Amino acid sequence: MTQRIMIDPVTRIEGHAKISIHLDDAGQVEDVRFHVTEFRGFERFCEGRPLWEMPGITARICGICPVSHLLASAKAGDQILAVMVPPAADTLRRLMNLGQIIQSHALSFFHLSAPDFVLGMESEPAKRNIFGLIAEDPAFARSGIRLRQFGQEIIEMLGGQRIHPAWATPGGVRSSLQKSDLEQIREHLPEVRATAINAIGHFKRMLEQYREESQIFGNFSTLFLGLVGPDGAWEHYDGRLRFVDSAGNCIAERLDPADYKKFVGEAVESWSYLKFPYYRPMGYPDGIYRVGPLARLNVCSYIGTPLADKELREFRSLGHGAVSSSFFYHYARIIEILAAIEKIEAMLDDPNLMSSRLRASAGINRLEGVGVSEAPRGTLFHHYHVDEHGLIKKVNLVIATGQNNLAMNRTVAQIARHYIRGTDISEGMLNRIEAGIRAFDPCLSCSTHAVGMMPLHVELIGPGGEVLDEVQR
Amino acid sequence: MTVKTLTIDDKLVSAREQDTILDVARESGIPIPTLCHLDGVKDVGACRLCLVEIASGSPDRPNRLQPACVTKVVEGMVVYTATERLKKYRRMIVELLFSERNHICSVCVANGHCELQDIAITVGMDHVRYEYVSPLCEVDITHGLFGVDQNRCILCTRCVRVCDEIEGAHTWDVAGRGIGARVITDLHQSWGEARSCTSCGKCVLACPTGAIFRQGATVAEMDRDRSRLSVLMTAREKREWIG
Ligand code: SF4
Ligand code: FES
Repeated sequence: MTQRIMIDPVTRIEGHAKISIHLDDAGQVEDVRFHVTEFRGFERFCEGRPLWEMPGITARICGICPVSHLLASAKAGDQILAVMVPPAADTLRRLMNLGQIIQSHALSFFHLSAPDFVLGMESEPAKRNIFGLIAEDPAFARSGIRLRQFGQEIIEMLGGQRIHPAWATPGGVRSSLQKSDLEQIREHLPEVRATAINAIGHFKRMLEQYREESQIFGNFSTLFLGLVGPDGAWEHYDGRLRFVDSAGNCIAERLDPADYKKFVGEAVESWSYLKFPYYRPMGYPDGIYRVGPLARLNVCSYIGTPLADKELREFRSLGHGAVSSSFFYHYARIIEILAAIEKIEAMLDDPNLMSSRLRASAGINRLEGVGVSEAPRGTLFHHYHVDEHGLIKKVNLVIATGQNNLAMNRTVAQIARHYIRGTDISEGMLNRIEAGIRAFDPCLSCSTHAVGMMPLHVELIGPGGEVLDEVQR
Repeated sequence: MTVKTLTIDDKLVSAREQDTILDVARESGIPIPTLCHLDGVKDVGACRLCLVEIASGSPDRPNRLQPACVTKVVEGMVVYTATERLKKYRRMIVELLFSERNHICSVCVANGHCELQDIAITVGMDHVRYEYVSPLCEVDITHGLFGVDQNRCILCTRCVRVCDEIEGAHTWDVAGRGIGARVITDLHQSWGEARSCTSCGKCVLACPTGAIFRQGATVAEMDRDRSRLSVLMTAREKREWIG
C-alpha cells in the first residue's frame, strides 16, 4: 500500500496548485506531482476574436506579467500582418519589457524570497514576510520596494496611468514617452543600480549559509532554453533560441522561434491540466529543460553591459558549464535586474525614442504567426492561426511556468526526499517545499500574491485512506 | 405653433407642440438616460431606458410608464423622471442588456468610450442579477475597414437608422425576433459582400457600444467623435448645404 501526502495551497483566484507526495510501503518518497493552474480555457475563448484584440485579451491571462503576453501577442500579430515594426516601437517595446523584468524580479526577490533568506527558513511563518523583513532590515526592504516601483513606473509611462492592457498592437505600439519621463527614469537610475548591486552582494554573502539548500533545491541536470541575440548576447525580446545542456554545451542554436513545434514537444499527463513541454529530439521526459533567469544566464554568451557581465562571470563559477541548482534562480534574477537597469541606461540616449512613427498598418498577409518574448519567468510563445480576414482560428500558448513544470516536479521530489522523515509533516519541510517552488517564481497567485507564505494544506493519508496527520496554515 | 405647459419633476416647463418629453426635459436641463435615441434620426423607443412616469391624476389608477423619446407632450401633463420605481426599472433594463449578450468590458474595443458602460454606471449597476444567456455570437470582419461583433450589440438600431435616413443606403436591418434578433447587412450577406454599403462609416460613429468598430482597433481604442455625426445631421436638417 502506498501513502499519499497532499499539499493543497488554497488560492484566492480560480485555478489552483496542489502538490501530492506519494510514499511507497517503506515510507520513502516514490513520486511527486505538482499540478499547476489551467491555461487552456484562454486558448479556447480567443477563437473567433479579431487578431487586433489578442494583445488585450491575452494580457489578462496573468495579473502579474501582463506585459509579457502583450508583447508576445503583438509580435505574433506583426508576423501575420507581415510588417516590420517601426524602430521606435521596437525600442519602446524593449523598454517596457525591461521595466517588467525589473518589477517582477524585484517582487520575487525582495517581497517573496528575501524574507526566507534574511529571517531564515525556520523562522516563524507569521513573521516571515515583507513586513517581517521591513522590521528586520528596513533599508533593504524599502530599497526593494522602490526598485519594483521603478519598473512599474516605466510600464505606466508607456502604457498609461491605468496600465493599458493593449499598448502594444500588431504592427507597433500606441504611444511614446514624454521628455519628462526620460528625465524621471534618468534621475532614478543611480539609486536602483545601487539597490541591485547591494542585493547581489547580500545574496553572495548568504551563499555559505545556504549550501544545503543549493545542493537539494532542484539541483539536477536539464537542458536550458532562452533567446539570445545574433552573437549569443543575453536577450529578452527578440533573437533566436538556443538550448544548452548542463555541461554548458550548446546543443542547438539559431533556432527560429517560428519553428518551435519542431523542437518543443508538449506532453500531456492525465493528472494535470498543464502540458509538459520537452525538447523534442530527446523525447519525453528526458528532454526536460528549464527556462527563466537561470536558463537565460546559462544560454547567453555574455550580457553586454559591464557590471552585469562581471557578475555573470562570477555566477558561472558556481557550476561546471551551466549552473544547475534551481536555488540560483534567485541569484540569476538579481543579476538580470542589474542587466536590465544598465540596458535601460544605454537606451535613454537613443534618438529613436522620441519618434512619432510607432505603428505599421497592414491587412492580413499571412495566416499564421508565432510571437516569442522572454517573460520574467522564461520564454513565452504565442502561436496564432487566423482566417483570411483576421479572425482567430486557433491559439497555442507555451507559457514559461509550463516549461518549468517538469523541473518543478523534480525539485519538489528532491526536497521531499531529503526532508520527509516518517509520517509527520514538519514545518521545516513545508517551508522548504514552498521555497523550492518559489525559486521558479511560478506565476500562481498562491506563490506571489499571498503575503509571506503560501496557504498550505497538507494531508498525510495512510494505507487505508485514513488521515494520519494534517497541517493547515 | 401652440405652446404647451407641463410639469416635469415638479418644475413647470413649456414646450412646442410637436416636442417629445425627452426634448423638453433636455432643454430644461433635466437628465433622462437614453441609449437608442440619437439626435438627428427618428426615435423608435427600442431600449426603454428613457421611461418616465406620467401621473394618472387619480389615486386609484397607477401612474403610466412611457418612453420619453417617443411620447409627445400634452397640456397639463405631470411627469416624473427619477422616481424609485423608475430607477429600479432602469437598472433592471441595463442588467437585462448585459445578460443577453457577451459584454466583456476589459477586453472590448470601446472600453472607456461606451454608452452602455456609462449608463451602467449612471444607474448604479454593480452586478447582474439575471443569469447570463451567453449566446454564441458571430464576429464579421469581412468588410475591409470595419467590423461588427454581435456579442456587443444591444439592438438599439442606431446603425440601421443612420444608414437608412442619413446615408440612404439601408445596408443595415434587423433579422429574427426577440432574443434571436440580429443586425444584418443587406440580405444577411457578410458585410464584405453587402453591395449597398458605401463604406461611409456612419454606423461606426452611431454605435453606442463596441459592436461596430474600425478594424485594427484594439482594447479601448474606439474613441468615436460623435460630433462628426451631429455636424452632419444639423447641416442636413437646416439645409446648410443647399444654396
Ligand atoms: S450594431 Fe451598434 S448601433 Fe447597431 S443595433 Fe447593435 S448596438 Fe445598435
Ligand atoms: S431612448 Fe427612448 S426608448 Fe431608447
